[in-house]
Amino acid sequence: MSALNIKKGSSSHSAYDLRDSHVQLEESHTLAVIVENEPGVLARVIGLFSGRGYNIDSLTVAEVDHTGHRSRITIVTRGTPAVIDQIEAQLRRMVPVYDVHDLTAEGPAVQRELALLKVAGTGAARVEALQLAEIFRANVVDSTLESFVFEMTGTPEKIDAFADLMRPLGLAEIARTGVAALSRGA
Amino acid sequence: MSKQMTGAKMVIEALKEQGVEVVFGYPGGAVLPIYDEIFQQNDIRHILVRHEQGAVHMAEGYARSTGKPGVVLVTSGPGATNAVTGLTDALMDSIPLVVLTGQVPTFMIGTDGFQEADTVGITRPCTKMNWLVKDTAKLSETIHQAFHVATHGRPGPVLIDIPKDVQFATADYTPADKIKPTHYQPRTEGDPAQIARLVELMEKAERPILYTGGGVVNSGPRASQLLRELAAETNFPVTSTLMGLGSYPASGKNWLGMLGMHGLYEANLAMHGCDVMINIGARFDDRITGRIKDFSPNSRKAHIDIDPSSINKVIPVEVPIVGDVTKVLEEVLRQWRARGSRTRADGVAKWWKQIGEWRAVKCLSYKPSTTTIKPQYALERLEALTRGMDRYICTEVGQHQMWAAQYLNFEDPNRWMTSGGLGTMGYGLPASIGVQIAHPEALVINVAGEASWLMNMQEMGTAVQFRAPAKQFILNNERLGMVRQWQELLHGERYSSSWSESLPDFVKLAEAFGCKGIQCKDPKDLDDAIMEMLRYDGPVIFDCLVEKHENCFPMIPSGKPHNEMLLGDADTQGVIGAKGAVLV
Repeated sequence: MSALNIKKGSSSHSAYDLRDSHVQLEESHTLAVIVENEPGVLARVIGLFSGRGYNIDSLTVAEVDHTGHRSRITIVTRGTPAVIDQIEAQLRRMVPVYDVHDLTAEGPAVQRELALLKVAGTGAARVEALQLAEIFRANVVDSTLESFVFEMTGTPEKIDAFADLMRPLGLAEIARTGVAALSRGA
Repeated sequence: MSKQMTGAKMVIEALKEQGVEVVFGYPGGAVLPIYDEIFQQNDIRHILVRHEQGAVHMAEGYARSTGKPGVVLVTSGPGATNAVTGLTDALMDSIPLVVLTGQVPTFMIGTDGFQEADTVGITRPCTKMNWLVKDTAKLSETIHQAFHVATHGRPGPVLIDIPKDVQFATADYTPADKIKPTHYQPRTEGDPAQIARLVELMEKAERPILYTGGGVVNSGPRASQLLRELAAETNFPVTSTLMGLGSYPASGKNWLGMLGMHGLYEANLAMHGCDVMINIGARFDDRITGRIKDFSPNSRKAHIDIDPSSINKVIPVEVPIVGDVTKVLEEVLRQWRARGSRTRADGVAKWWKQIGEWRAVKCLSYKPSTTTIKPQYALERLEALTRGMDRYICTEVGQHQMWAAQYLNFEDPNRWMTSGGLGTMGYGLPASIGVQIAHPEALVINVAGEASWLMNMQEMGTAVQFRAPAKQFILNNERLGMVRQWQELLHGERYSSSWSESLPDFVKLAEAFGCKGIQCKDPKDLDDAIMEMLRYDGPVIFDCLVEKHENCFPMIPSGKPHNEMLLGDADTQGVIGAKGAVLV
């Protein structure tokens, strides 16, 4: 038997250093989860993530098949490859889940997000905001003499970049939908 | 063609169609229509419990001892919330249950009505699936689907919340064979290519071990039969988790005993030292693995599990096989026999020699006493005096549970009902009643600790009312024994709140309930007292006063690997470090 000579009755502080030291790097993955559109299904999926300590960076959901009552939930999550596999397995075994696609692992995928940005200002800042919006192919969907609302669609990174540029020009409010994604090709 | 009926009647019709014979439940305002229907029929027997938690544990005992789903009926609000512990217990241990809860009428949902609770919201994380039925036309279909979900794939508890107006309203009844097919059809056949890889591992193994779990029991009696064939033909040693006891007989020559935190020395060292580990329906629980990094470091591992999320969750395996144990073992045996039933017999013989050396340590030996009853001795005598009987054992949770697993022998599956995953104190008494209701002629014993037993002792009323002669064998050390043991080993012998100063007189308690009480404190009287308990035709509360400071060994301290087991008190000096102490 081992003699560890740790003082009897010593108390403890943290369990974290007991974890496996073979630390794997976290990756971002986009998952498409096809579910039966029944009451509570979104709570069920989100509850899985919170209950098991997984991350949600972005989440979108809408019914995509009105006759078959199927919804598509697109989740952007982060984790080590083992955690991502576990998330997929946990999702797959849920009763109202029809299918799960790891779009990041399955090959190239198109990711798009829609954002609405309200930029308030006058004078040179206002003109510059409009010029930058043209470069970013953002549409003006509302305008007053002191403000624009821009609508833009793109990858989350593109929206981040546009928002960063708008911030000094009077960005007042931003609304984002979260990512929708499809695999490329047939 | 189709029959019109009320929702309440539909519940009874659907349960009958599903072959339900017994419902465990407790009435209340929101389920009165269903209770009215129960009153007007004789096919389904209703067991009135004393607390809804008891109903769920009874249904668990019923389910685990029969292989059929257990059914529970409770009211809204507190009825449903009281069921939550049992639901979580059943989810952790993969027990099929169908729980029906009443709900306030649909038009009152969300108004904080009397006895309203968000039952589907509260039970979503502790059920395999749940439904709120808002339309009587969908009720029968939902019940049939619920039975399908509870019993297919990895079994588990499901819940149907039925508002009172849905019970009163009338609609067409949909028979089970007329419902639209559900997409929930989990895979049961293992991949033949993966099974071929397992067979190759078996042929090469020199230090193999079959690590079996509750999945073998859940898969049905055929799975246990196949496991026995596999062990007999390969001569591989067999160990089992707490949940899997009985799937391989304790009298079988390949049996190593239970593994894990309080498992046998030979079983744990064989797990640590094996070169091929074949996990059959177990889940690498933390009570089994100890420190993950040092878990069975030199073995190639295969894992058979019906739940894909169990595979690679904790321990990465080389050969993953998703499927039902029965079907997978059939294919394993078929392929292995077709290839000539080869094993490395020489290597395996050497392995058995090594195991024999570990066995010679006799890890279950303890210091006997002629003056006080040692808990281990009490269980040895119980085992000896009930051997060969048609016997079912339940337990509560704690030291007595581990001793029962160590000192009682299980020859068949479905004979051992214990709360493994959740560790629910208060499980055993109601579970033993559920088992006894399912097997009225059998001997059912709940091996208990006095602290656990008190948690649901109100169910003695149920046992007496329904003439369930389950024997309550209480190892009374006037302590929360496992808590006390950990405080001794980890917390400087500061026994914070781990003893009870005002325990009831269990003999008088038995009399108050209208059953028999027996107290025994002298080892010389124990055999006679046990025989008196066994002979009594009715429920018995047996107050067995045992040694108060006995520790449960062997023990793998938290955060330690299998090869750092403690065998007895002499090994315990300062052995659990600060890091281990944070683990439970």
